[in-house]
Amino acid sequence: MERAIVLAASAVGAGLAMIAGIGPGIGQGYAAGKAAEAVGRQPEAKGDITSTMLFGCAVAESTGIYGLVVAMILLFANPLIGKL
Amino acid sequence: MNIEVNGPKIVFTIPIFGGINVTETVVNSWYIMAFIVIMSIYLTHGLRVKKPSKKQVVAEKLYLMIHNLVTDVMGKKFENFVPYIGALFTLSILGSLSSLLGMRPLTADLSTTLGWALITFMMVQITNIRTNGFLGYLKSFTQPVALLTPLNLISEVANPISMAFRHFGNVASGVVITSLVYSALAALSNFVLGFIPNDFIKSIPIFQVGLPAILSIYFDLFTSFLQAYIISMLTMVFVSSAAE
Repeated sequence: MERAIVLAASAVGAGLAMIAGIGPGIGQGYAAGKAAEAVGRQPEAKGDITSTMLFGCAVAESTGIYGLVVAMILLFANPLIGKL
Repeated sequence: MNIEVNGPKIVFTIPIFGGINVTETVVNSWYIMAFIVIMSIYLTHGLRVKKPSKKQVVAEKLYLMIHNLVTDVMGKKFENFVPYIGALFTLSILGSLSSLLGMRPLTADLSTTLGWALITFMMVQITNIRTNGFLGYLKSFTQPVALLTPLNLISEVANPISMAFRHFGNVASGVVITSLVYSALAALSNFVLGFIPNDFIKSIPIFQVGLPAILSIYFDLFTSFLQAYIISMLTMVFVSSAAE
């Protein structure tokens, strides 16, 4: 019974942890929109703009990745089951 | 139905210090290191100044790509970082692309990326000490006011952790999602073919052919290139900003 509760709570927690994906989604969309604007204004700087945007997107992604790591720990390497 | 998502398997154990486990990641990295060494020897064999051969043109192109990246981002005085950045980029990209061959990617193991991130961390600290002197290095943590010292220390330690988790998370999520999609497609083809009485035909996972390749383009090709670029870019940015 206890084990079932812990497993269910871990699954719910993993789902909740992935809510962190909202932030990077908005942030990366904003960055991509701005990059599209910048390319529209200055098409000759397309290469520089794209690499800067990808770099910024990857850095903005880290909060989402933290959420993902928490979810993966809860699903595949659950530390809470060992405490029963 | 059971979905298999595992960590790297242990290939063998070295029986010293209570047993050191040698995992799939380490063995795969040996293959990739051997591949890189053989390719380097092959590409740089028989270089000529006049009338370069085809492979020499390829080798020069690859070298110049890394060289231009480093000198653009870090400036001329950091030219001695070209070998390290080149090695990091090559190992990262081949380590992630090895998943196309069905091997477990190197970078889907936190130990690999954390190792690279710690090398970057040490480089940043050493560069900082070299430029500012040891006292100046210690003093740089109390900027702008001494009250912020704990926060500066935390942000310094958070850099390698976020670097390691970023690369690991991107590649590992690809591994997890790919295996989930494979089992979902197996279940789907089982469902569609379920009415056929023949056991052999029923067991053919028809939907697993072709469809995962579309995902593979994003998760294997795009993510590999992007993350290799990001980790070398972050290393360059951190080191060159430590030298100011």
